[in-house]
Amino acid sequence: MVSYIKISLSAGRQGVTRVGIDKKIVKSVAFLSRIELDEKELEIYSRQLASIVSYINKLKEIDTKTVPPTSHPMAALKNVFRKDILKKSLELDDVLKNAPSKEGDSFKVPQIIECK
Amino acid sequence: MNTTYETVIGLEVHLQLRTETKVFCGCSTKFGSRPNSQTCPVCLGFPGSLPVLNEKAFLYSIKAALALNCAIQSLVKFDRKNYYYPDLPKNFQISQYDMPLSYNGSLEITSGGDRKRVRIKRIHLEEDAGKLTHPAKASYSLVDFNRAGMPLLEIVTEPDISSPQEAYDYLTALKAILQYLRISDCDMEKGSLRCDANASIRKSGEKKLGVKVEVKNMNSFRWVREALQYEADRQVSLLEAKENIIQETRLWDAGKMATISMRSKEEAQDYRYFPEPDLVPFMVEKTIIEEIRKALPELPEARTNRFVKDYSLSEYDAKILTSQIDLADYFEECAKQYENKKTIANWITCDIMAQMNIKNSGIIELGVLSKNLIGLLEMIDSQEISGKTAKDVLIEMIETKKNAYEIVESKGLLQISDRERIDQIIKNVLSKNGKSVNDYKNGKKNAMTFLVGQVMRQTQGKANPSIVNEILKKHLAE
Amino acid sequence: MQEPYLLTAHELQAKIGKDEISPSKILESLFKRIGDLDKRIKAFVRLNEECILKIPENKKGKLYGIPVLVKDNICVKDEETTCGSKILKGFKPPYDATVIKRLKDEGAIPIGKANMDEFAFGSSCETSCYGPTKNPWDLERIPGGSSGGSAAAIASDETILALGSDTGGSIRQPASLCGVVGLKPTYGRVSRYGLIAFASSLDQIGPITKDVQDAALMMNTIAGYDEMDSTSVDIAVPDYTRSLTKDIKGLRIGVPKEYFIEGIDKEVESSVKKAVFLLKDLGATIVEISLPHTQYAVSTYYIVAPAEASSNLARFDGVQYGFRFENASDLIDMYIKTRSKGFGNEAKRRILLGTYCLSTGYYDAYYLKAQKVRTKIKEDFDNAFKNCDCIITPTSPTAAFKIGEKMDDPLSMYLSDIFTISANLAGIPAISIPCGFTKGNLPIGLQILAKPFDEETLFRAAYTFEQSTGFHRENPKL
Repeated sequence: MVSYIKISLSAGRQGVTRVGIDKKIVKSVAFLSRIELDEKELEIYSRQLASIVSYINKLKEIDTKTVPPTSHPMAALKNVFRKDILKKSLELDDVLKNAPSKEGDSFKVPQIIECK
Repeated sequence: MNTTYETVIGLEVHLQLRTETKVFCGCSTKFGSRPNSQTCPVCLGFPGSLPVLNEKAFLYSIKAALALNCAIQSLVKFDRKNYYYPDLPKNFQISQYDMPLSYNGSLEITSGGDRKRVRIKRIHLEEDAGKLTHPAKASYSLVDFNRAGMPLLEIVTEPDISSPQEAYDYLTALKAILQYLRISDCDMEKGSLRCDANASIRKSGEKKLGVKVEVKNMNSFRWVREALQYEADRQVSLLEAKENIIQETRLWDAGKMATISMRSKEEAQDYRYFPEPDLVPFMVEKTIIEEIRKALPELPEARTNRFVKDYSLSEYDAKILTSQIDLADYFEECAKQYENKKTIANWITCDIMAQMNIKNSGIIELGVLSKNLIGLLEMIDSQEISGKTAKDVLIEMIETKKNAYEIVESKGLLQISDRERIDQIIKNVLSKNGKSVNDYKNGKKNAMTFLVGQVMRQTQGKANPSIVNEILKKHLAE
Repeated sequence: MQEPYLLTAHELQAKIGKDEISPSKILESLFKRIGDLDKRIKAFVRLNEECILKIPENKKGKLYGIPVLVKDNICVKDEETTCGSKILKGFKPPYDATVIKRLKDEGAIPIGKANMDEFAFGSSCETSCYGPTKNPWDLERIPGGSSGGSAAAIASDETILALGSDTGGSIRQPASLCGVVGLKPTYGRVSRYGLIAFASSLDQIGPITKDVQDAALMMNTIAGYDEMDSTSVDIAVPDYTRSLTKDIKGLRIGVPKEYFIEGIDKEVESSVKKAVFLLKDLGATIVEISLPHTQYAVSTYYIVAPAEASSNLARFDGVQYGFRFENASDLIDMYIKTRSKGFGNEAKRRILLGTYCLSTGYYDAYYLKAQKVRTKIKEDFDNAFKNCDCIITPTSPTAAFKIGEKMDDPLSMYLSDIFTISANLAGIPAISIPCGFTKGNLPIGLQILAKPFDEETLFRAAYTFEQSTGFHRENPKL
C-alpha cells in the first residue's frame, strides 16, 4: 500500500455523515444540478429517489473500514503523461459553429447576476 | 477601550506555469491571441473529450514545491471541483482536493528588519478557467476560452502573516523565488500571478481566530497591501462599534480604495469534489524528487549571501540585486568584465533601476548590454568623460541602443584632460575676471566656484573638473 | 444471390476481395432494407445517405467498404451527435472519436446514428428523445438498452456492423434481447476519446455484430492504446480472429452460484444451464465459483455511475453547443431552463441521484462507500479467476419486456442490469451471445466474462459455442 497524507481544505465534508432523502433535500440537490422541478415533479422524484436510496442503503451491511476505495478499475495504470508539445488548435469556425449565441470571436451568455 | 488588535492573514497565490502547452491538451499558452483561437475539444470541454496531463507542468509544480520546502505526496491524484460558471467549460474544474501534490512547506522572509517564517499549507496543480468580459452597458457577457486549461499552481499559506506589509514582503519574496525557478512569467498584469487573501483580526494575545473575510481582485502587490490595510481598519472599527464582522468575500476597488462586499448567493457552495476518473493516479518516485531537488537553481537568499561574500557588496545592495533573477544575472555578467564590483552595484541599483522604474521594464527589455555598461564605466575611469556626463550618456544609450563611445564621440562629449589646453583656458578666464581673482585673494572662497564655472562654460562642461581645480588653485596661489 | 444486407462483414469482405460486390452495392441494398423496415423498428436516428458518395479509396483497409452504424453518443466529425437527447440537438462535433477515426482509416463506412436511451441512461431504449426503438423479434417489446438502436439494427439486418457503448450492460443486454453478439471490452482496451461520457470509470465502446467473427474483426480495428485517453492501456492488441478456434478442451469455466437464484426467468435459466452442459460436452471443465458481493453490485453501480454522470453532464448548459433556452432573464435562469427543458426524466433522475451522492454530508455514506464495495466486487473476480479461465452467466434475468412495462418503476428497470453491472465495476471484458429462445420466440443471451485483457478467451469460448449451436443464424420475421 502506498501511504499518503490527506490534507483537509476546510470544514465541510468531514465529520457529519447523513443518509436518507426527502423533498427538501431533493430541492436543494436540484438547484445544485441547475434543474428546476415543479411541485408535481418534486413529489414524484422525491418518492422515486427515496425508494432508490433505500435500496442502495443496502451497502451499509458491508464492513469496509479497512477497504481502500477503487475509483479506477485499472489500478495498475499510473503516470500517464503527454509531452509539452504544441498541437494544432481547432479552427475558430469549428470552435464557434455550434454556439447558440456568439459575438465576434466569443461565446455570448446572458448577464451574470450574483445576487439572488 | 484602547484594545490593541492583531491582523491574521493567509494568502492564496495562483501562478500560471510557463509551459508551451496547456495542462491537459496541446493548445498554446501564448498570451494575447485572438479570443478562442487557442482552443480544442479538450480545453473547450466538448462532449467526448478527455484530459491528458502535461508532464512539464507536473515537473514544474514539483520544482516549485521543493523550492518552498514542501513535502511531496508520493501518490498524487486529481479531483473534480463541481460548480457552474460560464468561464468553466465543463462546469467542473480539474483540481486537487485531499491529496494535493505537496504540503507542509515554508518561506523565510525579512519584514521590517525581522526574520519570519511563513508556513505553506499546500501547493497543488489545477486548470485555469476562461475569461469573461462584460461589454459596457450590455446585458450580456462574452467568453474567451484561450485561458481555459492553462496550468495553474495554487500556493496556500497558513494564517501566519500578521500585517499588510508582511503580506507584501511575503509576495515579493515568493515572486523572486518563482522567477528564479523560471517556471512562470510571474506577471500580475497579464494575470500569470494572482493573489487572494483571507484576513481576520483578533485582540492581541488571543488565540482564537476572528471571522475570516476573503479579499479578491487585487492586481498588484501594492493593492494587496492597501486592501488588507483597509480591511484590517474596517474590521477593527466594526468591533469597536460592537458590530459583527460577516464571513464573506469582498472585492478590492482600487478606484474607491476600498473593499466592497460581493453579495454572494444564498446557497452555500458545495463543490462535490470526487476523484477525476478520466485521469490516472501519479506516483512520484523519490529518485525523481531528488533529481529535481539537485537541479534547483541557487535561490535569492543564497545568492544574496554569495554576493556579499564574493563581491564584498553590502547586504542592502546584494538584496536589491538578487530580488530579480535577471538583474542578478546582469550584475554577474558585468562583474566578470570589471574589477570594481561596488561601482557596478551602484550604477545598477541607482541609475539603471531608476530607468527601469521610469520605463516600467525589466533589465533585459531596457537593452543596455553588460559590455556597454562596462564601456561607460571605463570611460569614466580613463577620464574621457565625467561621472555627471556618464549619467546623461546612459540615458542616451537606453534611447538609442548605441554604446557609450559612439554617443560620446558623436555628441562631442569627450572630456578635456589636456593640461596645457586647460592651463590656457584658465589663464584666459583669469585675465577677464580680475575682480573675482581679487575677491578670492581677499578671502571670498566662493569666488573659486564662479571661476570654475567660467572654465566649464568655455569648454561646454567638458573640462576634467579635478584638473581644472588643481590648475586653478595653483594659479590663484601665485 | 443472397441479399447483401443479410451477410456478415467477414462474408462481405470475401466477396469484396473477389470483386463480386462493391461497397456501393452493399450500401444500396442496406438503404433499401432500412427504407422498408426502419419506420417500424426505429433503430436509426439519422441515416447518412451521402456516405455512398464518399466510398473510401483505401481498398487495403481491414474493413474496406463495410457499413457501420454508430451509437448516437460517439462523435463523428460534422455529423449530428445527440446522445438521444434534446439538449444536444444540432450538435456537430468538430472531431472524430478515436474509434471512428480507426474505422474510417480501415475503410469502414459510418452510415448513420443509432437510437439509444438518453445519455445511455436506461435498459430499454425508451428514454430517447426520439421515442423508443422496437425489438425486431416482437415490435411491442423493447430491444434493450441503452444501445438498443445498434442491437435492433443488427438483428433486423439494417446494418452490417454496429458500435455500442457499455456502462452497466448497455451493449450486452440489448444484444441478448435482440439475439445478436455484443462485446464489452476490458476497461482501457478501446479508447473512450470521442465517446460522450456517461460514467467515465465504467464506460467502454464495443462491437455489436451478427456473429462472433465480426466482433473479433471489429475489435482488431478499434482496440489499442490511444494517447488521447489517459485511461487507455498500452498493451499490444492480438489478432483476435486467431482465437476463433472451435477448441475449448481444458478451458475452465466458472459458474457463479449467486447468479442462479430467485427472480431469474425459468426459460432463461434453463437455456443458460443447457449452454453450460453443451460447453462441458465440448471439452470444457465446469467449476462452481462464488462471487459473494454480487448482491451489492446494483447498489454500488447506482451510486458510482450517476455520481460521475452528474458531473459529466454538467457541461450541457447552453453556452457552447446544443440546445439553449432563449429569453432567460439571466445566466442562472438560462442554465436552469436549458437543463430542465433539455434533459428527459431519466437523465434528471440520475443527475439528481448522482449530485445527492456527492454532496456534503452524503459523500462518505454513498460515493466513498460504493468505491470501497467496488474494491470488494473486483476482489471477488480476482479470486474467482484463480480457479477458472472464464465465467458464464445469463446476460439478462429475463427476455425482452413490453414497451412501457417498467417506465414508472425505475428501480425494477435498474435491477434488469443485475448480471451485467459487475463486469463494468471490475473493468473486465464480457460478451453476450445468443443461446436460445423462449417459447414466445424471444432471444435469450449468454454472458461470458474473462480476466482483464483476455478477450481472446471470450472469443474462443463464444465462437465454439456459436458454431456448435447456430442460434445466431436465426432471423426475426419482419
